Amino acid sequence: MMPELGKYAEAVLSSYAVSIMLIVVLVIASVTRARRVKRELESVEKRGRENAEV
Amino acid sequence: MASIWQYANPRKFIETTDRILPWVAGSSLMALVVGLVWGFFFTPDDYRQGSTVKIIYLHVPSALMAINGWIMMLVASLIWIVRRHHVSALAARAAAPVGATMTVIALVTGAIWGQPMWGTWWAWDPRLTSFLILFLFYLGYMALWAAIENDDTAADLTSVLCLVGSVFAVLSRYAVNFWNQGLHQGASLSLDKEENVADVFYHPLLLCIAGFVLLFVALVFLRTQTEIRARRMRALLARERLG
Repeated sequence: MMPELGKYAEAVLSSYAVSIMLIVVLVIASVTRARRVKRELESVEKRGRENAEV
Repeated sequence: MASIWQYANPRKFIETTDRILPWVAGSSLMALVVGLVWGFFFTPDDYRQGSTVKIIYLHVPSALMAINGWIMMLVASLIWIVRRHHVSALAARAAAPVGATMTVIALVTGAIWGQPMWGTWWAWDPRLTSFLILFLFYLGYMALWAAIENDDTAADLTSVLCLVGSVFAVLSRYAVNFWNQGLHQGASLSLDKEENVADVFYHPLLLCIAGFVLLFVALVFLRTQTEIRARRMRALLARERLG
């Protein structure tokens, strides 16, 4: 299944490894921060509503 | 017909992008997987470049998005400067780390590709140099946003920086044509069919480009939503502190 990359195997495989790793890190960082900020905002808004009721 | 400016309303922007985001992200994943698998496993070696031609499926789309990411930030910055829509300034801020990552991928894959083809990892070639400067602009842009506490002031100053950096975004694209020297060849894709890469490489490359574009859009939507929420949170916390 693996194509014959010959003497350039290291160059091709390292290009794919570095690129895919960078993309995965970027996606994970973006999703994690999005979830954290959304959770924190909900908590601040809830606190604001509770304070307004008091 | 609804105006595009309705999306300057943060709530409307979040509602709309929430609906679109799964489709854009899913399409991006599909295009990337199919394009990269096609390019890596099912295309032949180039008669001159051997198997290194497979790097094209990462290098060209990432370089394209590095430049167009900055152009998108430029448009968003201009909208901020002219119309003072916060969502546009926050969209520009959200796009910067995505564009910077694309620039790193283009630089790294370019260096890895350059070593066996040119015999060097790096040369002070017009396109490579303008790309490196574009990367430094990305870093400067993100640092400026992080360094300034007031969001509006940060948006103003980063918009000016974005305008200046656009010169290098354009240079990165056209440096080869302007100077007609250096190691880097001209465009791999063109409206002129004669200048394109061979069809066998062209079709998976188009799919990879579509995947990178959709990935950029999906990440910018998600990160802009995050910036909108973070801005609202800062405002609420400031109000809390004032009592």
